[in-house]
Amino acid sequence: MPAVELVIVILVVGAVAFVLSAPLRRAPAAADDDRDAARGEIDELEVARDAKYREIRDAELDYRTGKLSEADWRALDAGLRAEAIEILRALDRAAGRSGTA
Amino acid sequence: MDPARKRTVRLVVALTAALFLATFLVYTSFSAGSQARTPTQLLRDAQPGRSYQLTGKVVPGSIRQAGETLDFRVRDRTGNTAASVPVAYTGTVPDPFRAGREVIVTVHKRGGGFVGERDSLQTKCPSKFKAARDGA
Amino acid sequence: MATVGRALLILALAISVYGIVASLYGARRGDRRFVDSGRRAVYVLFGVVALAFGLLEAAFLRTDLSFALVADHSASTLSTFYRATALWSSQEGSLLLWLFLLAGWSSLALLLTRHRLRAIAPYATAVLLGFGAFFSFLVVFLASPFETLARVPAEGAGLNPLLRHWAMMVHPPALYSGYTLIAVPFAFAIGALVTRRAGAEWIGATRRFALGAWLALGVGILLGALWSYTELGWGGYWAWDAVENAALLPWLTATAFIHSGMIQERRGMLKVWNASLILATGVLAIIGTFLVRSGILSSIHAFVEPGALLRWLFVGLIVVMIAGSVGLVLSRRDALRTEHRIDSLLSREAFFLFQNVVLVGLVFVIFWGTFFPLISEAVTGTKSSVGPPWFSRYVGPLALVLVALIGIGPLIPWRRASAGVLRRQLAVPLAGGVATALVLLLAVPVTRGKPLALLMFALCAVVVVGVGQELWRGARARAAMSGESPPVALVALVRRNRRRYGGYLVHLGVAVLLIGVAASSAFATVQEVRLRPGGRATVNGYTFTYVRATSRLRADELAYGAVVDVRRDGRHVTTLRPAKGWYSSAGGSLADGAIGRWFDGEPESAIGVKPGLRRDLWTAVEPDTSAIRPVIARADRRFSALMRRFGPVFATAAPAAQRRLVSGIEAGVRTAVQRISARYVASSPPAIFRILISPLVTWIWLGALVVFLGALVALWPPPAAVRRRAPARYRARLAQDLAARVD
Repeated sequence: MPAVELVIVILVVGAVAFVLSAPLRRAPAAADDDRDAARGEIDELEVARDAKYREIRDAELDYRTGKLSEADWRALDAGLRAEAIEILRALDRAAGRSGTA
Repeated sequence: MDPARKRTVRLVVALTAALFLATFLVYTSFSAGSQARTPTQLLRDAQPGRSYQLTGKVVPGSIRQAGETLDFRVRDRTGNTAASVPVAYTGTVPDPFRAGREVIVTVHKRGGGFVGERDSLQTKCPSKFKAARDGA
Repeated sequence: MATVGRALLILALAISVYGIVASLYGARRGDRRFVDSGRRAVYVLFGVVALAFGLLEAAFLRTDLSFALVADHSASTLSTFYRATALWSSQEGSLLLWLFLLAGWSSLALLLTRHRLRAIAPYATAVLLGFGAFFSFLVVFLASPFETLARVPAEGAGLNPLLRHWAMMVHPPALYSGYTLIAVPFAFAIGALVTRRAGAEWIGATRRFALGAWLALGVGILLGALWSYTELGWGGYWAWDAVENAALLPWLTATAFIHSGMIQERRGMLKVWNASLILATGVLAIIGTFLVRSGILSSIHAFVEPGALLRWLFVGLIVVMIAGSVGLVLSRRDALRTEHRIDSLLSREAFFLFQNVVLVGLVFVIFWGTFFPLISEAVTGTKSSVGPPWFSRYVGPLALVLVALIGIGPLIPWRRASAGVLRRQLAVPLAGGVATALVLLLAVPVTRGKPLALLMFALCAVVVVGVGQELWRGARARAAMSGESPPVALVALVRRNRRRYGGYLVHLGVAVLLIGVAASSAFATVQEVRLRPGGRATVNGYTFTYVRATSRLRADELAYGAVVDVRRDGRHVTTLRPAKGWYSSAGGSLADGAIGRWFDGEPESAIGVKPGLRRDLWTAVEPDTSAIRPVIARADRRFSALMRRFGPVFATAAPAAQRRLVSGIEAGVRTAVQRISARYVASSPPAIFRILISPLVTWIWLGALVVFLGALVALWPPPAAVRRRAPARYRARLAQDLAARVD
């Protein structure tokens, strides 16, 4: 292997090792586990919230375009909003626990 | 009927229908499929009136154009390369068709030779030209 | 530089293996440091593979013939575009492209989700790097793209002339992008199952990647069809060939997944089904790669006969994927329990489910037909295969049901539809379908003999009218609420509901595409005629006249063609110029004779086509060269005699004189070929023409464009969500959040 090629390969390997080991050189965070668990819960709730919002908006669009009767829509909308508020409450509780809010 | 029972009934009906359709599909594939044969196998046991998928290589120097009909011979891909069967073919010849190429063609026996079904000729697409380099 | 390339690939393999271990260790121990390091491994893998890819690409661009791959698949005579893309016409280059795209798309996915899915991500990283390790292993040990040649040839073998078509050069990256993008939701599904977090989260986070995979695969499939139509000389765009099917199968399951994923996102239903669908899609993507790259099924496109080891490795990977998927789904049944039941058979959910069943049925049919040669060999001992008629018999009716569902599904509300709503929603689209059928029956008599095609047209009309009705009603409602003018309201409506209206646009495109497919397969006329110059043939009211023969000699190609005049009712319609070319560098050798080799090169048809919105007029020509064969043989004999005489002179000549002599001989050969060609043209030679009149083929390409546009609309990222963190009164917050939302 000519010297130039050898140098290139060594440089690349060095750079790779440096980038990969950067997180390992960090001090271990003791509370990783708990925080992750809370964070995971928040993530899940946020997804649920977004899905609920989408459902509310879709229901409204469905009503406006004639796919739902007004009575059906009002009932559906009230139910969905109650569910969304439930999720928002849970989200705030979880955020309070994880201390990230 | 309570909902759980209704669901079970629906599931059973759907599964039965699916099973029935699947059986039909399997049956037709076996009855409609045409068998792949090598030239050696065709020479041994071809029967008139049945169609076969002939696979093999085009024998170099055997390609003759006679009006709309293209005559060529096909030999085994590997093993017995001496035996070959004559094929008379009409229809579109795919671009990669040439001597030495691997082809698949649907044929039936007529007289001493085989007649290729119109537009059934397929040629393997050679994406490698290694042979060309080694040979040159 | 080839050594550097090889070293980089070995490094890529090492990085992949390290990343798998680090991710799994970090996830098990709950140590974020290792998880982060594992994710970085994906980014680094991309960097290293990109470097290797760049090295190889550079070798192709400057035609460095010391690289075996370049010498085998490229030549300095090729244009820059083909030199750049010849890389993936090879087995080794394709595998490297796969690895490159996998690393790229995986990096993007992990970068975008780095703050989310923390529990799932390490496992997904490990799965993605597992694919990375597999393909790195292949390019390191079995199909190295960096082989070098001890003796550097003077010129490369060139690119297969059949592949010299823009669509065929873009097709592999598109297809592979699709396959590798599928790996992302596949990996996250595995992660979700392993960690028992099989809710809506992973579906939401990887939805865009599933959609992107669907789009890329679709583009790849369509380009393949376009290439087949314009390049292969038989005039078809689809032949149910094993390799075509291999790309269609994951596309169909991805279609099903994109739809049923919505049900899980909203209602927490169908978790087992969704997980199974995306796992199956992943397996089918690998099977697709395997089919093309292994030559296990006879196909016109199955390019290679690789070593048995590569086959077994692929089979091993597929078996591991299937067994792992099944095992995971079974062992995680408790986490996959559904949160709701379907309320009514007349609901969006139920229609999604019907559509899923039909799609899976299609997948089963196509899978069975594709693998039938292997199945029949295993069962009966002889290889049999089923042809296009077998496929059409099942796919046709299933496609009709599918279009009916596409037409009706979006018009039905979620959860439950009342009778009044159904009437209001379906009346106009169904009337549109019936009206279309009646008009066609009266105005286009040929449709009377083809009830299935007629039904397809009617159902597609239902889809089109339905989409129109949705847009109209949505825009009207918004205009009434906001006071905007209807066109402004329509744009705003689509912008705020990209997923919904992007999807509708896709449906519209599919309808247009299927109209094209139904019309061209039911009403095309094909005829083969043998004509001499001056001769004419009438097909479907069009008169094709073979005006004269043509010939053309380029640097590496000799082509004989025809000028064909097309008239209808005596009026000139168009002039078509089909030709058949022979690439001498690509196959002819001196054994054929210095002159004869020009006539026995790698053949390639250039079709003559006049595309139109109503119909395509398509011709290919097969020139009859039998009359000039004796002339060619005589010229070759004379040439050899000349060579024998000049041989001794040549051997003793000075190098400069030798070079002059060689170029003189080359010029002489070209002159001889040109003389023979002139003779061919003057002899008014017969030729076989394949004439195809195919209605509405253009609609296929147009419909596909609409499909892709719709997918882009659905994919386009919304502006960054407005974030509110301070606790407030929930109702107000909800209203505010809703007002700010864009999907």
